[in-house]
Amino acid sequence: MAKPKVGYTRRSLLKTGGAALAASTLPAPMLWAQDTKNIVLRQFGTGVSNLNDVANKVKEDLGFTLEMTALDSDSVTQRAATQPDSFDIADIEYWICKKVWPTGNLQAMDTSKIANYDKIVGIFRSGKLTPESEIAQGTAPHTVGFVDGPDGTSFASEETGWMTLIPTIYNADTLGIRPDLIGRPIESWTELLNPEFKGKASILDISSIGIMDMAMVCEAMGEIQYGDKGNMTREEIDKTMAIFTEAKRNGQFRAFWKTFDESVNLMASGEVVIQSMWSPAITAVKSRGIPCVYQPLKEGYRSWGGGIGLSSSLSGMELDAAYDYINWYLSGWVGGYLMRQGYYSAVPETSKDFMSENEWGYWFEGKEATDVITSPTGDTLAQAGETRDGGSFYDRMGAVACWNAVMDENQYMVRKWNEFIAA
Amino acid sequence: MQLKNRHIVGWLEAAPLAVVLLGFLIAPIIMIVIVSFWGATEFSIYPAFQFDNYEFLFGSPVTYRVFGATLKYAFITWALTLAIGFTVAYFLAFHVRSLTMQIALFLVCTIPFWTSNIIRMISWIPFLGRNGIANQTLISWGVIDEPLEWLLYSDFAVILAFVHLYTLFMVVPIFNTMMRIDKSLLEAARDNGASGFQTLVHVIIPLTKPGIMIGTIFVVTLVMGDFITVRFMSGSQRANVGRLISNDIGLLQYPSAAATAVVLLCTVLIVIAILLRFVNIRKEL
Repeated sequence: MAKPKVGYTRRSLLKTGGAALAASTLPAPMLWAQDTKNIVLRQFGTGVSNLNDVANKVKEDLGFTLEMTALDSDSVTQRAATQPDSFDIADIEYWICKKVWPTGNLQAMDTSKIANYDKIVGIFRSGKLTPESEIAQGTAPHTVGFVDGPDGTSFASEETGWMTLIPTIYNADTLGIRPDLIGRPIESWTELLNPEFKGKASILDISSIGIMDMAMVCEAMGEIQYGDKGNMTREEIDKTMAIFTEAKRNGQFRAFWKTFDESVNLMASGEVVIQSMWSPAITAVKSRGIPCVYQPLKEGYRSWGGGIGLSSSLSGMELDAAYDYINWYLSGWVGGYLMRQGYYSAVPETSKDFMSENEWGYWFEGKEATDVITSPTGDTLAQAGETRDGGSFYDRMGAVACWNAVMDENQYMVRKWNEFIAA
Repeated sequence: MQLKNRHIVGWLEAAPLAVVLLGFLIAPIIMIVIVSFWGATEFSIYPAFQFDNYEFLFGSPVTYRVFGATLKYAFITWALTLAIGFTVAYFLAFHVRSLTMQIALFLVCTIPFWTSNIIRMISWIPFLGRNGIANQTLISWGVIDEPLEWLLYSDFAVILAFVHLYTLFMVVPIFNTMMRIDKSLLEAARDNGASGFQTLVHVIIPLTKPGIMIGTIFVVTLVMGDFITVRFMSGSQRANVGRLISNDIGLLQYPSAAATAVVLLCTVLIVIAILLRFVNIRKEL
């Protein structure tokens, strides 16, 4: 390490020159103050959107430092609820928000400070994707998206100008299948428990999400009519678990998975031919050259959404920086990055500028790819002529049957889930 | 005066160990016992004195099945590791003549243990899978027509991994006690006309008991406390008590996890107490 020198050296001149050049050529909305550089915002959340590329781009565009911590959803919930001073920005899912908001650890955000607020898709505002859409069951984002005022503690039923989370990322989930090993069309959630796939099925061992997949299956089988899949009664939970426990004892499942990698390996190795899966896991299987389809099903999708919330302890310059960050987040670069992985951005139209016409057509409009589609990291995901499973944004998000949810009987469900895993 | 000094020195000498044991063994266990009576909400735990956790634990048939499975894994693994471990130790101690060779071969046994536990376990998965090496080889030999499903994600896979992981814990103490058997005893047995088998049964096994017992305690406690092997090798399809606890922790139900841990601790202590009825280890050490 060279000692710091007083005065200009060739090296320091080069450095400042480069920075000045970058500043003048990048039309980024910067608070060009020396202080901004010293701001550090601590963000934590699930792995989905806690990407180092985002932190690097923030440093480049906005000047301040974003520290990312990725945790699993249970730990995220616990931390948001119990350690408010350990973070500035919480990147959480809407159902986690429902649990955490009452603790008062997050502050509502003034939508008048959000430049692209009017362009945020309807799901997160009125709850309706298009004016004709029906609102799905479960913890739909708009039901926990607004509070009455800056200090509001209960959720408002309509847009109030004070948002709990700024939506960032969401998707519609369904079953993943290996079309080459199944060899016939799959159209319904009931196929997960079809004896034809005995020993070749799997579901995920994360209770809050797994229970929803189970409910989709039981409802599709006509075994149970749920009042609200997102808020089951004890009897509904018992019945659901009984059906799946019986299937488990009969050897329907090859394995359960808990992490992303496990789901990829089960599918890629052919141990499993049908299972609950997440979009990027399908991508990962495909990038190994193995056919894998994110199968749209007639009963609809199980959907989830995430957003960023601000810690109630944020104030002053840090709070301004956080608003800058949110505005930057919705301005398109991140959206384009996430959409090229198969997720959706809350403000799709700004993301369009950061995607090629081919990418936009493939990922958003459900059109045939006109050229090779690659992921942000460079893996080939689709060839020219292929279309996205499930079609366009409106086809997919318009067919959501329920949202990931947290139930009133959550603790009971969790205990039953534990029994199911151990059964 | 002299006597009093000796007392103080004695206490001082014992103090470091006592402090370590108190701080890192006794205190955590007391803490676990206390928390096992607490209550939990979805994301926090609160102090209380309630029997809910134990009630739920003993009230659920799943608990008994899982404890049964845990004991089953422990027993089968123990029997297999003992058979293999004893054979290996016997070979090393009595068939290999030179000390250098004994040490060299013993070190060879430990080589797999230079890698991580998890790696050794996970490397079985591609080997045993439906399209894995084992199945492909058997099919190409014409032994089977269809892949064997029970090779992976089954009790077989779990026990295979346990045996693979823990046999060394049986080999080491048995080898150690065998090396201390006075060779002249074996000569005496032979001089008195005992066959090789009689020597084994009447001389070697009784003298190796402490080693067997130490190995047994290692293997039984390791298997009963394990959760990750069961999770990976059974593809989460089977459960033992460790998995119940880890599931609870994953769902932030610490009091419930603590209650299960207390019951598991008692079970293991009872098992070890029974084992110690058979052999007095302290006498032999």
